[in-house]
Amino acid sequence: MAKPRDRASTTGTHASRAAFKRDIDRIYLWYMAGFLAFVVTLALLEQIGLPRRWIGSIFLLGSIGLYAGIGILSRTHDAVEYYVAGRRVPAMYNGMATGADWMSAASFIGLGGTLYLTGYGGLAFIMGWTGGYCLVALFLAPYLRKFGQFTVPDFLGDRYGGNLPRLLGIVAAILCSFTYVVAQISGVGLITSQLTGVQFELGIFLGLGGILVCSFLGGMRAVTWTQVAQYFILIVAYMIPVVWLSVKQTGIPVPQVIYGYQLEKVTALENKLLVDPGELAVRQVFAERSAELAQRLKAPAAALAAQRQEAKLRLEQLQAAGGSGAATDIAAAEKALFGLPVDPQAAIDRWTRAKAVADAKAEPLNGMVPHGQPFTGDPDGSPEQREAYDVARRNFLALIFCLMVGTAALPHILMRYYTVPSVKEARASVGWSMVFIFLLYFTAPALAVLVKYEIFTLVVGTPFDQLPAWIASWSKVDPSLLSVTDVNRDGILQLNEMNISGDILVLATPEIGGLPYVVSGLVAAGGLAAALSTADGLLLTIANALSHDLYYKMIDPNASTARRVALSKMLLLVVALAAAYVASQKPADILFLVSAAFSFAAAAFFPALTLGIFWKRATGIAASLGMAAGLLTTGYYMVTTQPWLRSVFGVTSPVRLWWDIQPISAGLFGVPVGFAVILLVSLVTRRPDPETEDMVEYIRYPRLDADGR
Amino acid sequence: MAESASRRRVYWRRNLAVSAALMGLWFIVTFVVSFFARELSFTFFGWPFSFWMAAQGSLLVYGGIIWFYAHYMARLDVEHGFEESDD
Repeated sequence: MAKPRDRASTTGTHASRAAFKRDIDRIYLWYMAGFLAFVVTLALLEQIGLPRRWIGSIFLLGSIGLYAGIGILSRTHDAVEYYVAGRRVPAMYNGMATGADWMSAASFIGLGGTLYLTGYGGLAFIMGWTGGYCLVALFLAPYLRKFGQFTVPDFLGDRYGGNLPRLLGIVAAILCSFTYVVAQISGVGLITSQLTGVQFELGIFLGLGGILVCSFLGGMRAVTWTQVAQYFILIVAYMIPVVWLSVKQTGIPVPQVIYGYQLEKVTALENKLLVDPGELAVRQVFAERSAELAQRLKAPAAALAAQRQEAKLRLEQLQAAGGSGAATDIAAAEKALFGLPVDPQAAIDRWTRAKAVADAKAEPLNGMVPHGQPFTGDPDGSPEQREAYDVARRNFLALIFCLMVGTAALPHILMRYYTVPSVKEARASVGWSMVFIFLLYFTAPALAVLVKYEIFTLVVGTPFDQLPAWIASWSKVDPSLLSVTDVNRDGILQLNEMNISGDILVLATPEIGGLPYVVSGLVAAGGLAAALSTADGLLLTIANALSHDLYYKMIDPNASTARRVALSKMLLLVVALAAAYVASQKPADILFLVSAAFSFAAAAFFPALTLGIFWKRATGIAASLGMAAGLLTTGYYMVTTQPWLRSVFGVTSPVRLWWDIQPISAGLFGVPVGFAVILLVSLVTRRPDPETEDMVEYIRYPRLDADGR
Repeated sequence: MAESASRRRVYWRRNLAVSAALMGLWFIVTFVVSFFARELSFTFFGWPFSFWMAAQGSLLVYGGIIWFYAHYMARLDVEHGFEESDD
């Protein structure tokens, strides 16, 4: 264990690495030029009348074909190539691949919308998903690279000895990665079905085909080079509409620099909307609706009986009256009667939900906190307001913590740092990852502010018959994504009369800005690239955990390399199909599951990994117990507090939040518990053997000479 | 062997020291600034300052931390003879 191993040492000579990088540079320059020419050609074709459906299909098939092509070109059977791309990915390209690996459908499609809806509160995601890389850079990446194996459970198994830590690592890696990959595949289905009009399920399998050809044939090698290609598409697609909006609103093409002034204008508009008579009227309507529901909920059985009576009466009157056009009225009245809740319990459920909706819609600014204001509530206000402020602030900080530590513990990200040639490059590679991730996260808050300005000025206060065309086209796709109703019947759209789902905001931005359809197609292709690249990395993580860690290291250590790679490929297929199956069932609360993956990863991996590197005294038993305790604490808190999990596990006890922390941040409890258990148990168990200490020593220094000097 | 042990100890201590300092900076930018976000809402090129910090300032600091660490450690490797050879 103590001897420096061949596989861990620097890969290739300096000169050969430089030549390799030059080749790669040339290939990607040609690729970028080709891609831009492709987009420009499509734009020209659109001008001379190519139908939209065609543009969407060309983007979809073109990009999936490209990824599959890279997969075919990078096919391999070699274990080092298959698992860690030959350990010769230059730092910058690994950074780009990490960027694509990292930025999922949630970052690309969801983040802009979240920021639009929550303002400052959404910035927790921006800070959490970037600040986590500080932890990766300082505590994990260089040491894991020096360790130089293939997977994260590998490290746990070697450092802590025995199969238990490795097995826990495998379980945790699969738990986090599988929920995450399901979300990516549903993202793929959503985009392909919107882009080309094919069915959601068919869209899933089309996208899956692209993922599989790529990772199946070439493993990490193909995934790496595909992710680099995907990064380019996704970043260009994200930038173009935002730059366009910025030019349109301010005349300056650098939205990231200029949107502070747009935020000022948004704040001024918000202040105007707070006292706008139309808004007040709409809120009044919702407040009355809520009051009426509250009245009903006081005596649900009686209220339900009264409603049923009334509906029956109306139906009878209509039937008695007869006459022309009565049929539709009767049908409507029948529908109203049968649509009533079946029993008082169902009525309570439905009315409670309806009341919550009405309450939210009665809030100023459609329930959104003023965009630039940190936290709800007021530190100098009434006790309730003070309480609301404290809780909002506490949850903001807790969420940042969980996202950061989770980032530094997700196996598909950590795995990427095994692919660079040296420790030095691993450190630099985290820097490059940060640069490429930064570009998107710097832009997302600008997108949210610019779109909000657009909506406040061009949509709110506009007569219903003069609304921009994108509103009608998106509400036709799915009214749950976007709907407008004239609640106070004044013929003018008020902010509170509009429901907009965060998920469509980025995809709709090109239309909101009035750009040609080819840009919408490009943005969808970018979202597809984001989802596919993340799914690639995740599937590979799962397949490797099973084939390398479970099968090779634990079941059959004599398995030949070819057999392991073949097994990994087979597992990849099985896992991908399983994930696609789960995604096609459209499980509820997929977004929550993604956030849960962060908390689980944080609690399971972070304490065991960092203490394994920084504290020689940490023992195997302690690490196993710590990982289990972290996972269980996090899981327990989520299961007892999160509504969907409560219903899945049939928990009926009253919800008891600890310090009012939301279930999404359950890792806040799991991580310290994990650390505490490892620290305490280590001190009462036997010191790790000298070989383990040598191994820790070995990974701490980029190069130790053969005699240990 | 004794010389090698002390060489390692100094290298590792300096690594820990720079990591701790950078983590301190990370903590202040992330948690302290966010904690006082409401108090720090003065205008900064149009943004409320705390909004700008969360949306851009902290990201710049994170990037700076990572790059500084990479360069500092690369130098430290050479100073203490732990740099990776090229063959």
